[in-house]
Amino acid sequence: MSPDPTSTDQVRTDQFGPDLVEVFGPSQQDGGPDLVQLLTPEGERVHHPDFDMDFSAEQLRGFYRDMVLTRRIDTEATALQRHGELGIWAQLLGQEAAQIGAGRALRPQDYVFPTYREHGVAWCRGIDPLDLLGLFRGVDHGRWDPAEKNFGQYTIVIGAQVLHATGYAMGMQRDGVVGTGEPDRDAAVIAHFGDGASSQGDVNEGFIFAASYNAPVVFFCQNNQWAISEPIERQTRIPLYQRALGFGFPGVRVDGNDVLATYAVTQAALQRAREGQGPTLIEAYTYRMGAHTTTDDPTRYRLSADVEHWKLKDPIARVEAYLKRNGLVEGGFLESVQQEANELGHHLREGCKSLPDPDPRGIFDLVYDEMPEELTQQRDEFIAYHASFSEEGASA
Amino acid sequence: MKITLAKGLNMGLRKAMEDDPKVLIMGEDVGTLGGVFRITDGLQKDFGEDRVIDSPLAESGIVGTAVGMAMRGYRPVVEIQFDGFVYPAYDQIVCQVAKIHFRSKGKTKMPMVIRIPFGGGIGAVEHHSESPEAQFAHTPGLKVVACSNPVDGYWMLQQAIASDDPVIFLEPKRQYHADKAELDESVLPAPLFTSRVVKSGTDLTLLSYGPTVKTCLKAADAAASEGRSLEVIDLRTLSPLDMGPVLESVRRTGRAVVVHEAHVNLGMGSEIASRITEQCFFSLEAPVLRVGGFDTPYPPSRIEEDYLPDLDRVLDAVDRSFEF
Ligand SMILES: Cc1ncc(C[n+]2csc(CCOP(=O)(O)OP(=O)(O)O)c2C)c(N)n1
Repeated sequence: MSPDPTSTDQVRTDQFGPDLVEVFGPSQQDGGPDLVQLLTPEGERVHHPDFDMDFSAEQLRGFYRDMVLTRRIDTEATALQRHGELGIWAQLLGQEAAQIGAGRALRPQDYVFPTYREHGVAWCRGIDPLDLLGLFRGVDHGRWDPAEKNFGQYTIVIGAQVLHATGYAMGMQRDGVVGTGEPDRDAAVIAHFGDGASSQGDVNEGFIFAASYNAPVVFFCQNNQWAISEPIERQTRIPLYQRALGFGFPGVRVDGNDVLATYAVTQAALQRAREGQGPTLIEAYTYRMGAHTTTDDPTRYRLSADVEHWKLKDPIARVEAYLKRNGLVEGGFLESVQQEANELGHHLREGCKSLPDPDPRGIFDLVYDEMPEELTQQRDEFIAYHASFSEEGASA
Repeated sequence: MKITLAKGLNMGLRKAMEDDPKVLIMGEDVGTLGGVFRITDGLQKDFGEDRVIDSPLAESGIVGTAVGMAMRGYRPVVEIQFDGFVYPAYDQIVCQVAKIHFRSKGKTKMPMVIRIPFGGGIGAVEHHSESPEAQFAHTPGLKVVACSNPVDGYWMLQQAIASDDPVIFLEPKRQYHADKAELDESVLPAPLFTSRVVKSGTDLTLLSYGPTVKTCLKAADAAASEGRSLEVIDLRTLSPLDMGPVLESVRRTGRAVVVHEAHVNLGMGSEIASRITEQCFFSLEAPVLRVGGFDTPYPPSRIEEDYLPDLDRVLDAVDRSFEF
């Protein structure tokens, strides 16, 4: 039976020959046979021939702490949005492991190009989470200094940053900080984007440039299955990581809810890049448990059964189970992380309300490095216009 | 029936799809979700996935494939999710959509509508509040219109879909759910590419389109209480411009102020001011003044009210006009 050419249903593998069944696996819900995993949803350590790794108790507790605190940033910001303190918030619930695994695999000299949802990666770069709120509150476009944190501005136009990341990586090549053999000098770039973004021209062009120049860049796609209301089937008919092959570099699919695996895979890919072996595409297979943003209504398009299914794969619960089972939570560790989370929550609540509104006169100031005369005039008129109101008020 | 602008547009799309089986809708999230503004709500359910097409997340892809669909005899209505996201498709729009009719010596038609929710005032983050109309009005081969109220939304969208030329259709997003108006389908609409006097007056002409028409109507009310009679014209069509009612009005009032949200520099106001100057120089009592967004990027939303032309800034310009 041949497939209906106009059908836009999810690919039905039984309509094709055996090859495609093999490609898709029996079900996409579990990520298929190629999924790199080091910790099962039940919290059991498993091993992988290519990406195995030992983790110290310290590291494991660190991952746990990072994920709990990142989730708190997310729930706190969501609550702040509900209270009218933020205009909108891009939630990451369920994507903590993908972000912390990737974020912790970075070295200080590496550079991150985020979307608008990389709150966990920002956390790993030492950015005060309060600084993430400005964009969503509408007081600025991000308060951190990208050069200081090696973490770029949040990017809202889907996919645009993937080209910037590639160009930045090409700059690193020219600066001679790739493949020097000195671990503290060798540097790489990581570009974050979503499954929806994989459809954009910019992302595909980024792949081509990176492959063509062997640029030290890791393409880190969080496949959370949805681009607002559109399921992954609307962006691709093959597993995303397999696209890399067509561009001429390796692709890996990792369990994005497994922080150990995302760490191991990202570290390996970054290392390849730093050594001068070129780009890698990582597809972190995960799920958006929250809404797309606080203005979205996922009940219009998503099955609650899927959400329930993915709750069982919660990235935090599985590390917690592992820590408990192996006696790594003695000495009140879990309580102390909880305590820290509460303090972070308090910091965000209090800090958010006191983020000052910008001075409207500043609208004009940073448009150019050197302000043109015409704009100076516009600013002066604006200031005089404002002043006219207070004069009226004073004389009335 | 009383409807909002969002409802008017939704009904207009529905009617166009019922009337012509060649009409298709394409865009991000237009299907199950009904679009992020719900303008396409319910249409996929009733017309199916072949006619209301959830596209991959790729604006150049959306417009570029719509070009091919149009070549094949369809009439695609494309939704760009927000004004700031039209740029990935800019190349397709200005190099292909706009030029194919000309390039093919008229043999290939481009009956395409590109709907763009535009303008600010909704407290959004970057790229969600822009006014890119001049970029398109400056491109020969495109027609550009902006609706300002529910009834126009209903009719203008159907007319744009029926047009054999490509139309950039601008929808003032902050008005989507703002006011209701009575839709009486027995009252036939004005032709699409015409401007219209929406409030008559004798002392000064306010010219606007889209979201700021409402601001101008308020300004006219406020001025009336001070004894000034302002005429308000809703331009509705930006390319081609319908200068007839504008020139007629300015010849009577002798004064004009153009109001829009886009940057003033090289904006629609500049074109309108120069046409008025060229064609009714001797009737003018004052130079044509422009009120618009500053020549800066759109600011963070907490101070967008300072950037957007509001009642006070319009009245201030009116005062300045009378000072000449
Ligand atoms: C060029 C562009 N088009 C449309 C949008 C509107 N938009 C914002 S997020 C989004 C979905 C993104 O999905 P995906 O890339 O999978 O990332 P996710 O948000 O799921 O992490 C869309 C369509 C945009 N920001 N930029």
